[in-house]
Amino acid sequence: MSRRLLVVGLGLVFAASYATAQVGADKRRSGYQDMGEALQKMQDDDTANPGMLFVQLGGQLWSKQTGVADKSCADCHGAAAASMKGVATRYPAIPQGGDRPVDLEGRINLCRTEHQRADRLPPENRELLALTAYVAHQSRDMPIAPPYDHRLDAFRQQGAEIYRRRQGQLNLSCAICHDDNAGKKLAGVVIPEAHPTGYPIYRLEWQALGSLKRRLRNCLAGIRAEAWPLDASEYVAVELFLMDRAKGLKLETPAIRP
Amino acid sequence: MRALAVLALALAACPAAAQQVPPQIVDDTIPRSLTGRPGDAARGRAIVANRSVGLCLLCHSGPIAEERFQGDLAPSLAGAGSRWSEGQLRLRIVDGSRLNADTIMPAYYRTGGLQRVARNFEGKTILSAEQVEDVVAYLVTLKD
Ligand code: HEC
Ligand code: HEC
Repeated sequence: MSRRLLVVGLGLVFAASYATAQVGADKRRSGYQDMGEALQKMQDDDTANPGMLFVQLGGQLWSKQTGVADKSCADCHGAAAASMKGVATRYPAIPQGGDRPVDLEGRINLCRTEHQRADRLPPENRELLALTAYVAHQSRDMPIAPPYDHRLDAFRQQGAEIYRRRQGQLNLSCAICHDDNAGKKLAGVVIPEAHPTGYPIYRLEWQALGSLKRRLRNCLAGIRAEAWPLDASEYVAVELFLMDRAKGLKLETPAIRP
Repeated sequence: MRALAVLALALAACPAAAQQVPPQIVDDTIPRSLTGRPGDAARGRAIVANRSVGLCLLCHSGPIAEERFQGDLAPSLAGAGSRWSEGQLRLRIVDGSRLNADTIMPAYYRTGGLQRVARNFEGKTILSAEQVEDVVAYLVTLKD
């Protein structure tokens, strides 16, 4: 073999093993992988996944005129399959002309107040969850791709600090459970890595669709920490951090969780 | 008593606890009962088993067969009474961070040094002095 070929050959071998090492290094798991097979099947089968009923409702709301402007989402955005594809992978984001990030629900509410001239929908409202699920569903199977926007850095950093800070009467941090003890059992429950891959989720314990905020409030209650008010920016900050941490993982909306 | 450092724990007043003796740390123990009386092992077992009172089985497993869902974040409680003395167990329940600053085990009888405690738990210890004594009395019986 010529020297040149050898060098090229070695280069290829290194490149290949580097790629393998990169793939091998990513051991992140979505909560999906920590569920039993029955629940995975329920999530995968659109006719069995109860979250799909909300997606359907969201689809109807998408083309329903509302507000003083009497406009539907579709009047501005057209078919969601094209215009909303990938959108959920890059939220939270800073809206045009704004200076702080909003989550997807916040973005939908901005469209309601600014463009439809309708009322804001309150947190955990059924129609808001349905619209969010419908929009996020257009990104199903797409990798989470946080936007490159340096204005987000400080907010994301705030989220990281919240995630690592001990709090509550039990004096635990998110990181203690979801980084240091993920995969272990808290009572009977496998602690997931807390990737926001499937939101809004249909949680069997809730018997309903619920937002990431609701999930975070459950964890805060579990450690007996004071939850932030429902409209607090802390939730958006934590979501920004979690989305960055889950970068590249696939969106599953609407996911099922136990 | 030993001439070693004897530290009084800074405790906020706990309404649930009719506290007579302030807990004093000697070496790695709290030698004396927080209530001045021995605890009740049967009540202690019930506290340990209860997911919303003792919370112990969230993290630990233990010889409590009827509780099917037990945690594996922490060592099993089986044999705790042969590994540790009563006074050592008491300090571990009251405030394990005195022994291991990074421990994830909550301090069951301390109200200071906590952030953003939910309003309904603010200023309260996780267990009362009497409950701590009951739990200690139970743990002492866990010989291998
Ligand atoms: C004491 C352990 C513990 C702490 C502390 C904790 N969590 Fe959780 N978390 C869990 C468990 C257990 C679950 C899932 C099981 C369940 O409750 O159904 C979960 C679920 C989640 C999920 C859902 C993951 C999915 O697949 O849908 C997210 C996101 C999450 N936690 C984020 C957080 C954040 C952020 C914090 C801190 C504010 C936090 N958790 C604190 C134990 C904890
Ligand atoms: C959030 C997790 C958590 C909870 C809740 C918890 N512990 Fe622990 N515990 C630990 C960990 C982790 C250790 C290991 C030593 C350390 O980190 O300090 C430990 C250590 C111990 C030990 C010493 C074990 C040994 O043999 O070395 C005893 C005894 C103990 N715990 C009893 C209890 C009791 C009783 C309760 C409830 C009243 C309880 N723990 C609640 C996490 C926990």
